[in-house]
Amino acid sequence: MSDTGLRVVWVYPDLLSTYGDQGNALVVERRGQQRGLNVQRTHIRSDQQIPTSADIYLIGGGEDRPQRLAAERLHRDGGLRRAFDNGAIIFSVCAGYQILGREFVNDLGERQEGLGLLDVVSLRGDGERCVGDVLADIDERLGLPQLTGFENHQGVTRLGPEAQPLARLRLGNGNGTGDGTEGAWQDTVFGTYMHGPVLARNPQIADLLIKLALDVNALPPVDDRWYDALREERIAAATQPA
Amino acid sequence: MAGNTEPLPPRAKLAVTAGRAAAAVSRAAGRGSGSVIGGKVALRLDPDLLAQVAQHLDVVLVSATNGKTTTTRLIAEALRANGGVVSNALGANMPAGITSALAGGSEAQYGVIEVDEKYLATVARDVAPKAIALLNLSRDQLDRAAETRMLAERWREGLSASKAVIVANADDPLVVWAASSSPNVVWVAAGQEWKDDAWSCPACGGVMQRPGEDWFCSECGFRRPMPSWALSGEQVLDPHGSAWPIKLQLPGRANKANAATSAAVAAAFGVPPQVALERMYAVTAVAGRYDVVTYLEREVRLLLAKNPAGWLETFSLIDAPPAPVILSVNARGADGTDTSWLWDVDYSRLAGHPVRVIGDRKLDLAVRLEVAGVDFEVAENAAAAVRSCPPGRIEAIANYTAFQDLRRAVGN
Repeated sequence: MSDTGLRVVWVYPDLLSTYGDQGNALVVERRGQQRGLNVQRTHIRSDQQIPTSADIYLIGGGEDRPQRLAAERLHRDGGLRRAFDNGAIIFSVCAGYQILGREFVNDLGERQEGLGLLDVVSLRGDGERCVGDVLADIDERLGLPQLTGFENHQGVTRLGPEAQPLARLRLGNGNGTGDGTEGAWQDTVFGTYMHGPVLARNPQIADLLIKLALDVNALPPVDDRWYDALREERIAAATQPA
Repeated sequence: MAGNTEPLPPRAKLAVTAGRAAAAVSRAAGRGSGSVIGGKVALRLDPDLLAQVAQHLDVVLVSATNGKTTTTRLIAEALRANGGVVSNALGANMPAGITSALAGGSEAQYGVIEVDEKYLATVARDVAPKAIALLNLSRDQLDRAAETRMLAERWREGLSASKAVIVANADDPLVVWAASSSPNVVWVAAGQEWKDDAWSCPACGGVMQRPGEDWFCSECGFRRPMPSWALSGEQVLDPHGSAWPIKLQLPGRANKANAATSAAVAAAFGVPPQVALERMYAVTAVAGRYDVVTYLEREVRLLLAKNPAGWLETFSLIDAPPAPVILSVNARGADGTDTSWLWDVDYSRLAGHPVRVIGDRKLDLAVRLEVAGVDFEVAENAAAAVRSCPPGRIEAIANYTAFQDLRRAVGN
């Protein structure tokens, strides 16, 4: 696979890189390199054009005002939609997840149009902020082990008919709707409220993104010892609170 | 002159006494120094107490995400050239702890007070400070703290009517945003390595341009103010253009920046930079930070780093490879319970150092280092980690509660 390239874009680090989610880009890069791929990771700031020909786009969480600004600029740019039309894989977290939906409520309390790549609509919850470890069973069609992550948000995200829940909650609030769902996926677009970062806690998801990008069914195994140990510890901590 | 000569009103006096009694009970019960519980009892009896215990003092407030405790010590040391100082030297930096500390200084002329970022506006309103030092603002404990820009916004609102001289870091756009509504600002070019919380203009949201040392918003014109003081390598440049050597026992660029800010504060009280900087040399370890402890026949230097900006500054002061480095991270309440911030720290800078990881969240560190391509070993505890290192100096970097654990483990 050494001649195979993998282009990874970390979207708007100036606005949407506040909660450690850039770790997702680092994990994809590392696991790609371990498979002998020629990985090119690019950080695109919000005053730059989003390239339309990359393979995987990662978007993170941010604070409320940066979220509004990011959605405005992504709309104006249009590159992410064109990248999706070109078959790109898009994986988003928290504020980034809301931006990819049809609509969210911004820092001014207004409903703001998202990019519409996921059939979801987000509101701001009126309850307590959801903070803590989460455990969930990922949609079995994706063939992945349990989802572990850390949530820190006040969003409530409702899925429309075209989006599938990414996971069913065992512990935590996830989409915050009370229907037991966490995250969403639709075609090649994924959204989740999980930090951790989520791909460090769930490296099999990173591998899924790489497989989808390369259109292959399997990747050579890598040493997952530390990931496995971390997963085991976090899952145990979530299920047996101190 | 503001010696604490006038007697406190009777109600305030009673509150101070009750607070001291509660502190004594807390100490006797083995719950720390008791300064916080003492202050809480006192504040409940008389909510104006903070204002009253401060009114006879020339008060300096110090706030920031990083460097508050050390800078408070440096300023206190400098101002002792002029008169007695009372200070919350142990870092109890919320209103209760501050009240308790000030109440203990009836003979002092100056109150030099570290203030938690969230309480700066409140405390500044209550104590009518003569000066406020603002060092930096960056992401910290986002699972429980306010958004970083919101903190800057609160500072800005709280300080706009302040009569204090604001001594503020011209190199941190969030600090500049917070301070620039105040009528009386002394700008210090104190530098800041961490830049990732200020790529977005705090005024208008435009993308910040940062050529070299400069910064400006290309959309609204918000830009770096012209500093009158500057940290320049190993020297402080004062407003007259004179350069004064910084001699500290404390390591690192960040502490030189703290010294530059402290010199500017001291000058506002008539202490010349030379005198202020010479006095700062006396400051060694601050609450265990930077202490070097002999443990298991090695010299372990204790370094506290609580958030990405702090880790970045710490990486720049440690000994070069092959100096061994021990990393310890916890995620208890006081640390913030989310460890995602580890991924905002560039651990690839540790390449070449033998690295050991310990602490409650050593596995998070292990994955982080694995992805950074840095070799490491996971150790069961501090003793095992130290034993696995060759003799000589070891740099031990830990976040908040992990640092306390480490101090206990090595007998500091």
